Amino acid sequence: MSMDEQTIDTEVVKKFLYVNRKAPYGTIYALESLEVVLISAAFDQDVSLAFLDDGVYQLVDGQDTKAIGMKNFSPTYRALGDYEITKLFVEKESLDERGLTEDDLMEIMYEDEDDDWAEKPSIRIVSRTEMAAVMADQDVVLSF
Amino acid sequence: MTYQLNGATIEHDEEGYLTDISVWSNDLAEIIAKDENIDMTPEHWEVVNFLREYYDEYQIAPAIRVLVKALKKKYGPEKASNKYLYELFPYGPAKQACKIAGLPKPTGCV
Repeated sequence: MSMDEQTIDTEVVKKFLYVNRKAPYGTIYALESLEVVLISAAFDQDVSLAFLDDGVYQLVDGQDTKAIGMKNFSPTYRALGDYEITKLFVEKESLDERGLTEDDLMEIMYEDEDDDWAEKPSIRIVSRTEMAAVMADQDVVLSF
Repeated sequence: MTYQLNGATIEHDEEGYLTDISVWSNDLAEIIAKDENIDMTPEHWEVVNFLREYYDEYQIAPAIRVLVKALKKKYGPEKASNKYLYELFPYGPAKQACKIAGLPKPTGCV
């Protein structure tokens, strides 16, 4: 790394991708990932989330955790827009394999402060190939 | 580690946060505030009520900059700055206001 790059490096915005692969309850991964994402939002980086494999269940609408005695933290995903986290990539093949469609997922919106202040959907359904490209485009990928 | 309210004993953790957030009431908020040396004014209640609404909808206490942004939208710019919030809650708006609102301690927050 040259001197110039080092100087720039301290201020540059990096692309962070948080990859979520596990079902929301039963392990702590999903909740921990969400908490790390919320904390990291304070550092003004370019944050995206990816949901694949059983991770797509984290975004399913109408979660009810009463019977397992755990807090239903799914409403928190709808707050991500307030934290300027507006890119939630969901892999289509993972949905298909589980008999799910986009209609089974929560509606997660953000207010577009950089453009027209309209409410826009944060969830973007992508193919496995597109997801690979999203991952390849990142500076940092964190897997949960 | 308890608050006393009309003869009832209400448990809190070592920092004063309610153990069971479902027992919260306006009267209990006043008692927690007294413990924090805060006299609840309508301005304090605006913030506390806002936090409760936010928690009810999203199941988290908002980060301070999210709170400021949301308060600005709802109550106007003069009621939405770090300075304004710190005047109301000198020991950290998120921390003290959340405690009074009966919410869990915010993650990674002042």
